[in-house]
Amino acid sequence: MAQEAAKKASSNKVAAFLKENMGIIGALLVLCVFLAVFPATSGSFLTSKNIFNVLRQISTNMFLACGMTMVIILGGIDLSVGSIIALSGVLAAGCVSRYNLPIAIALIVGVLIGLVIGVFNGFVISSTTIPPFIVTLATMNIARGLAKVYTGGSPVRVVTKEWQFIGAGYVGFVPVPVILMIIVLIITALIMNKTKMGRHIYAVGGNAQAAVFSGIKVSRVKFFVHAFSGVMAGLAGIVLASRMYSGQPTAGEGAEMDAIAAVVVGGTSMAGGSGKIGGTIIGALIIGILNNGLNLLNVNSFWQDVVKGIVILLAVFIDYVKNTKSKA
Amino acid sequence: MEHIHKRFPGVYALNDVSYELRAGEVHALLGENGAGKSTLIKVLGGIYHPEEGEITIEGKKVTIGGVRDAQDNGIAIIHQELVLVPHMTVAENIFLGREHGSGVLIDRKKMTEEAQALLDAQEINVDANALIKDLTIAQQQMVEIVKAISYNSKILVMDEPTSSISDKEVAFLFETMRKLTAKGVGIVYISHKMSELEEICDRVTIMRDGQYVGTKVVKETTKDDLIAMMVGRELTNYYTRDYQEAGETLLRCDNISDGKMVQDASFELKKGEIVGFAGLVGAGRSETMKCIFGLTKGSKGDVYVEGKKVNIQSPIDALKYGIALVPEDRKLEGLYHVQSVRFNSTIEVLEQFIHGIAVDGKKEVDITQKYIDMMSTKTPTQEQAIGNLSGGNQQKVMIGRWLATDPKILILDEPTRGVDVGAKSEIYAIMNQLVKEGMSIIMISSELPEIINMSDRVYVMAEGRVAGCLDHAEVTQESIMQLAAN
Repeated sequence: MAQEAAKKASSNKVAAFLKENMGIIGALLVLCVFLAVFPATSGSFLTSKNIFNVLRQISTNMFLACGMTMVIILGGIDLSVGSIIALSGVLAAGCVSRYNLPIAIALIVGVLIGLVIGVFNGFVISSTTIPPFIVTLATMNIARGLAKVYTGGSPVRVVTKEWQFIGAGYVGFVPVPVILMIIVLIITALIMNKTKMGRHIYAVGGNAQAAVFSGIKVSRVKFFVHAFSGVMAGLAGIVLASRMYSGQPTAGEGAEMDAIAAVVVGGTSMAGGSGKIGGTIIGALIIGILNNGLNLLNVNSFWQDVVKGIVILLAVFIDYVKNTKSKA
Repeated sequence: MEHIHKRFPGVYALNDVSYELRAGEVHALLGENGAGKSTLIKVLGGIYHPEEGEITIEGKKVTIGGVRDAQDNGIAIIHQELVLVPHMTVAENIFLGREHGSGVLIDRKKMTEEAQALLDAQEINVDANALIKDLTIAQQQMVEIVKAISYNSKILVMDEPTSSISDKEVAFLFETMRKLTAKGVGIVYISHKMSELEEICDRVTIMRDGQYVGTKVVKETTKDDLIAMMVGRELTNYYTRDYQEAGETLLRCDNISDGKMVQDASFELKKGEIVGFAGLVGAGRSETMKCIFGLTKGSKGDVYVEGKKVNIQSPIDALKYGIALVPEDRKLEGLYHVQSVRFNSTIEVLEQFIHGIAVDGKKEVDITQKYIDMMSTKTPTQEQAIGNLSGGNQQKVMIGRWLATDPKILILDEPTRGVDVGAKSEIYAIMNQLVKEGMSIIMISSELPEIINMSDRVYVMAEGRVAGCLDHAEVTQESIMQLAAN
C-alpha cells in the first residue's frame, strides 16, 4: 500500500517534470531529429561513435553544471570554475611529468585543488556579505594567474600512456568521462533531492532570512555548495587534461559561461530557490548537441557562438513566457 | 481633506475621513496601528488615490495624482524611514531630481552654496558637502526638513519623527517646527507619544479602524479622553477561549537585552496559558522574542525552561528546548515562496523522514497532511506553490510548520496579520485547543481586541522595557494604551 503510494508519487513527479520542462525537452528532440534526418548530418550524427563522442565532450561542462546548479539555486554564481579547470589540470599534469608521482596521486591533487579554491570561495561568501559574483571573479583571476605562473604559459605535457585513461579511455565501449559523468549526476541528484542538505539549499536560495528563522545553518550550506562546485571543477580539470595529454594554462576559458548557460537553459532561475538537476542535464545536452551538430554541418566557429547565444536567449524566453502566463 | 474613502481588496482602509489643517498650526493625527493614518497620508502625498472625497488647499479644490502633484501643491512628507540617498551629499539630496545647471551638466558649486544657505537659515549645523551616511538620524531628519522647505512647502507631514532620536534632538526638532509654523507652515504630526502632543501640537484628530472619530484642541482635552477615543471600538465575538487554571512556570526570562531595542525585559510563561505581548510598533516585542529564540547574536539575560537555566545560541537550540517561533513577517521571514506547501510544511522536521539519502516519501506526505487537516488549510494539493495561497492559508501552513516540531512553548508574532476574518477565527480556535492540551503560547499582537480576548495575562512593552503586566481581569484597551504610550 505504502509502496504503491510512493510509486504513484514518483511517477507523478516524472510527469510533472516532463510537463514543467516541455519546452526544452521539445527543443532537444527537435534538435536530435533534425540532425538525424538532415541529409548533411544524417550519416554521421546517429552513430554510436558520434553519440559517445558528444557525451564525452559534454562531460566537462556537465561536471561544472552540476556544481553550478546548486550555486545558482542558492542565489549565487561561481565564476571561478573555468580557471579551476586550468589550475587543476596543470598541477595534476605537473605531478606526473615534473615530479614523477603516481597518476592516482596526481588526479587526487587535481581534485583537491578544486576543493581548496571552492572552500576558499565558500569561506569568504559564508562569512562575509561580499557578493559571490565578486568573490569568485577574484578567485577566477587568481586561479588562472597561478596556472600561468606555474607553467610559464606553456602546456605541461604528459607522455605516460596511462594518463589518458580518465579522459580518453574506455570501459568496454563506454568512454570513462561518460561513466564519471553518470556517477556525478547520480550523486548530485541524490544530494539535491534526497538529503537534508538538498532541502536546505532550496530553502536558503528561496528565502535566506526565513532559513535563519528555520534554524538552518545558512553559512554551512553556502560553504558546502561552493566546496562542491570547486570539486566538480577540479574533476573537470583532470578529465580535460587527460584528454588533451597535457595540462594547459588556457584550458577552460569561458567554461563557467557554458555551465551557467546549461543551468539557465535547464530552467533554473537566476533569482535562486528553484531549479532541477534534470533541467540542467537537458540544458547541457542541448548546448553539447548543438555544438556537435554545427560542427557536423561545418558551420564556422564564429557563427557557432552566435547560434549558441540565440538558443540561450530563446530557451530563457520560452521559460519567461510560460511563467508569466501561469501567474496571470 | 473631506470625506475621503479608500478601499483595498477586502479592506475598507478609509471610510469617510475628514481632516483640516490650518496655516501655522501643528495638528496631530492619532490612532492605533492600522487605524488608517498612513493611508490618509499616502492619499495626501499622491501615492494612493481615493475613491471618493475631495482635497482642498487654500480654498481651491485639487486633485493629487502623483508625488509630483503633491510637491507642486506645496505638500512635503517626511516618512518614518528616511528616504535620502546615503552615498550622496547633503546638497545633492536636497536638490535630487531638480539639479541646477544647464543641459546635462550640473552646477555643483551653486547647488552646494544654496543648500548651505538653506541649512544656515534654519541654524542647522550640517555641512552641505557631507555625505548622508555620515550624518546622525536627527541630522538626516533636519536635511529632510530643509529639503521640504526648499520646495516652498506649505504643508509638512511628519510621520513619527521622534521615534529614533534622543531627547535633546527632539527639543531641537520642536524648535525648528515652531520656527516653521511661525512662518505659516502647517504641520501634520503623527506620533504615538502622548507627552509630545501636549508640548508641540495645537489640535489633534483621532482615527480608528479607518474612520474619523473626532478633532480636539489639545489644551482642552486629557490623555485619558484621547485614549478612550482611540480604542473605543466594540469588540467582535469571534474569539474562542476557555480559561483554565494555569500550571507551573514553564519559561522564565530575566533581564533580556539586545543592546539596541530591548532593555532588561523580564517575564514568565506558565503551562497552559496564553500570554499576550502588547505595545506600539518598535517597542521591542519581536526583538525580545528573537533573543529568546537564539536569533540575536550577543543578547544578554537569563532564560529558564522548566526551572533550568538554558543557553540558547541558535534556533536549533531553542527547538531542542521545545520553543518554536512563528515569525512576524510571513513573506520575509517565513515563506519559501516558490516551493510547495509540502516543502514549506516539513522544512523544520526533515530528520523525521530523511535519513542519509533515504527519504520516506509517505511519511513526508503524512506529516504535511496532518497539519493541513489540523489547521484546516485550504490548498488544492500538497504540491501547490505556497506563494499562490491566500494570506490566511499561508499563515496556517506557517503555524503548522512550527507545530510539527512538537513545541512546549509556541511564540506567535502577529499571528493574524494580513489574515482574513474567517481564518483569524480559526486560528484563535486552534490556539485555544493547543493550550487546553497543555501547550503554552506567547502571542505578540498589535491588535488590542485579539490581545484582550485571547490572553490570560498581558505584558505591555514600551521602548524596549516591560512597562507592566495586566491580568485578564484588569486588561482593557485603556489600561494597555496607558502603559504602552508612557
